[in-house]
Amino acid sequence: MEIESSAASTQPSSSSGSGTNGSLLQVRGLSKSFPAERGGLLGRPTAWLSAVDDVDLDIAAGETLALVGESGCGKSTLARMIMRLIPATAGTVDFAGLDVLNADRQELLRYRQQAQMIFQDPYGSLDPRMNVDAIIAEGLARQGLNKAKRRSRVRQLLDVVELSADVADRYPHEFSGGQRQRISIARALAVNPTFIVADEPVSALDVSVQSTMLNFLHDLQDRFGLTYLFISHDMSVVRHVADRVAVMYLGKIVETAPVEELFGNPLHPYTQALLSSVPTVSREGPSERIVLEGDVPSAIDPPEACRFTGRCFRVIDSCRAAVPPLEDSAGTSHHHVACFNYEALPRGRSGTQGNHS
Amino acid sequence: MATRPADVHTGGAALAASGAEGRLRDAFVLLWANKVALLGLVLTILFLLIGMAGIVILLHPGLHHLWEDQNLRAVLVTPGSEGHLLGTDNFGRDLLWRIVAATGLSALMAVGVTAFVIVVGLVMGSVAGFFGGRADTGITGLIDLTWGFPLLLVAVIFAGMVGKGLNAVVAAAAVILWAGFARIIRAQVKTLREREFVEAARMLGTPAWKILVRHMWPNVLGTVLVMASYYVAITIIVEAGFSFIGLGVQPPTPSLGGIIAEGRNFWSVSIWPSVIPGATIALIVLGLNSLGDGLRDIFDPRLRRF
Repeated sequence: MEIESSAASTQPSSSSGSGTNGSLLQVRGLSKSFPAERGGLLGRPTAWLSAVDDVDLDIAAGETLALVGESGCGKSTLARMIMRLIPATAGTVDFAGLDVLNADRQELLRYRQQAQMIFQDPYGSLDPRMNVDAIIAEGLARQGLNKAKRRSRVRQLLDVVELSADVADRYPHEFSGGQRQRISIARALAVNPTFIVADEPVSALDVSVQSTMLNFLHDLQDRFGLTYLFISHDMSVVRHVADRVAVMYLGKIVETAPVEELFGNPLHPYTQALLSSVPTVSREGPSERIVLEGDVPSAIDPPEACRFTGRCFRVIDSCRAAVPPLEDSAGTSHHHVACFNYEALPRGRSGTQGNHS
Repeated sequence: MATRPADVHTGGAALAASGAEGRLRDAFVLLWANKVALLGLVLTILFLLIGMAGIVILLHPGLHHLWEDQNLRAVLVTPGSEGHLLGTDNFGRDLLWRIVAATGLSALMAVGVTAFVIVVGLVMGSVAGFFGGRADTGITGLIDLTWGFPLLLVAVIFAGMVGKGLNAVVAAAAVILWAGFARIIRAQVKTLREREFVEAARMLGTPAWKILVRHMWPNVLGTVLVMASYYVAITIIVEAGFSFIGLGVQPPTPSLGGIIAEGRNFWSVSIWPSVIPGATIALIVLGLNSLGDGLRDIFDPRLRRF
C-alpha cells in the first residue's frame, strides 16, 4: 500500500526495533492489578485481577507502534497508565528522560504538553455542554494567550483537521462520528504534542470513514513529526498504519516485530491464530483458519505460567511451569516472542495446526 | 445534521439547535409539545406569582388586615359569597387572602430550603463522587446516617430545642433533605468522571476544581433542575404536615397545613375551610411534579444526544 511504503521511508527509526537507545518512550515492567474481590472486616482485597502484567515496550521517535489484542486484554489500561490517567501497580515509564510515574506536578504538566491521547468513543470524548471553540481551547488555557489569539489558534487547528472555521460555535451533537474525531484530534494537537496515544481511534467509525481517518492521521504524523502508540483490535487497520506491532494477550505482550515481519512470519501461536482470523480474498480461495477453543480465561490471580496455555494448540509441559519471557527469536534481533514452543508457519499457509474450518 | 430522536417526540416540530439560545428554544419546544409538563409550568408560575403576593402581604404590616381581620358576624361563609370569593373561616377571616399569605409562606420556605439543600448536596455529592477515597467514605457515611433519621423525629427534637414554629421545621428539613440530593449528585459525578471527555481534560492539565465546575456541573444541571422541582414539592408537604399537627407555623400566622387543621373542627358546618387549602397543596404539588417530569424528559439523554 502506498501509505505504508511512505511510512517506511520517512521513519528512520522504524527498523531499529526495541532498544534502549533512541527510544522516545520506554516502558519497563509495567503492571496493573485491580482488586477483584474484597473480604474481611476492613474490606481488604482478597483477590487481584491482573490487567496488565510486566509489560516492556519501546517506542522510537517518529514511529507508529501498534498495540493489538482482543477486547479486554489490557490495551487501554496500559495506555492509561502510560498517560498517568490511572496509577500503575509496578514498573516505570520513561518519556525522553522523564520518569513519568514519579513526576511531580510541574513535570506532569510539562509531560501533558508533549503526550496526548485520542479516544475511541467520539461521542463520549467531547463534553456535550461545550462548543467546539471551548473544547479545543481547553488545552490552550496554560499558554497564556489572549482572547483574540486563542480564537485564531482554534481556527488554525480547525483548519489543520480540515473542518471549516465556522463550526467553532457549534456543539458536539451536531457532528458526525468522523467530524467529532477530528475535533478530538484538534484538541489533542492544541498543546503541540510529540507523542500521541490513539486508543482505537477508528473502531467506532463507519468503514467508509475509517480509511480517510487513517490516512489523515498519517498525514499529521508527517507534518508534525508525531510518534504514535496506536491501539487496535483490527488487524487490517494495524497493517495499514503500523511500523511495528506489539501483540497483547491477557495483560502480557506475547510478540513484537516490524509490521511486515509480523504479518509475514508470525511466531507466537496466538498471533498466528489472530492473523488467520482476518478475512482475506485471494486466488487460492479461502485460507485455512486456526480456531481457538474456549474463552479467554479469567485474569484473577493467574498462575505462574503462560497465560495462553488453556487455548494453545502448541502447549507443552514447560508452558504450565513458568512464564515464557519475551526474547529475541532465532536469527533476528527485532522480532521478539514470548513462547517456549513457537514455530514459524510454512510459507503460503496461515494455519496448519489446531482445528481447521 | 443528523435527524435527532427529539424530532419524533415533538411531532415534527422544527428543532434548529445551534448555540445556547437554540438549545433553550429546543427545550421550550419540547416543553410545549408535552402538555402535562406545560400544565405543570403554568401551575408552577401561578404558584410563584401568588406566593410573591403572599410574601408581600405577610411582610408588609399595612396589609396584615387582609388576612388577620376577624368578622364574627360572617363566620364560615361559603365560597362565592359577596366580598369573600373563597368564603371565610371560623373567625370570619377571608380565606382567599389567608391562602395567598399561606402560599407565600410555603413558597418562601420551600424555595429557601431547596436552595440550601441544592448547594450543600451539590458540594458534598461532587466532592464524594469526584475525589473518591476517604472523602467519599466519610461523606457517604454521613449521607447514610442523615438519611436514616426520620424527618418527623428530627423536627420534634428541633421543636423541643428551639420551640415550635417555622424555624424548627426549616432546620429539620434542611438538615435531613440534603442527603438525598447529595446521593444522586455523587452517583452522577462518579459516572461522569469515567467519561472520556473528563480524561481528556485531565490529559490537558485542567485542574480538578476546574473539571468539576466546567465539565461536571453543567452536565448535572438537568438533574439538579428536576430534583429541585421535586424537593420544593416535598418541602411544601413537609411544612403543611408539621403545621397541621401543630409543630410548624403557629396561629394566627396562616399556613396551608394550619388552615386545614383549624377548619377540621367545623366540618359539620362547612367543609370549605379545609378543602380549599388541601386542594391548593394538591395543585401546587401536581404542578411541580408535572414540571419535574417534563424537565426529566427534556434532559433525558436518549432524547437529548447533546
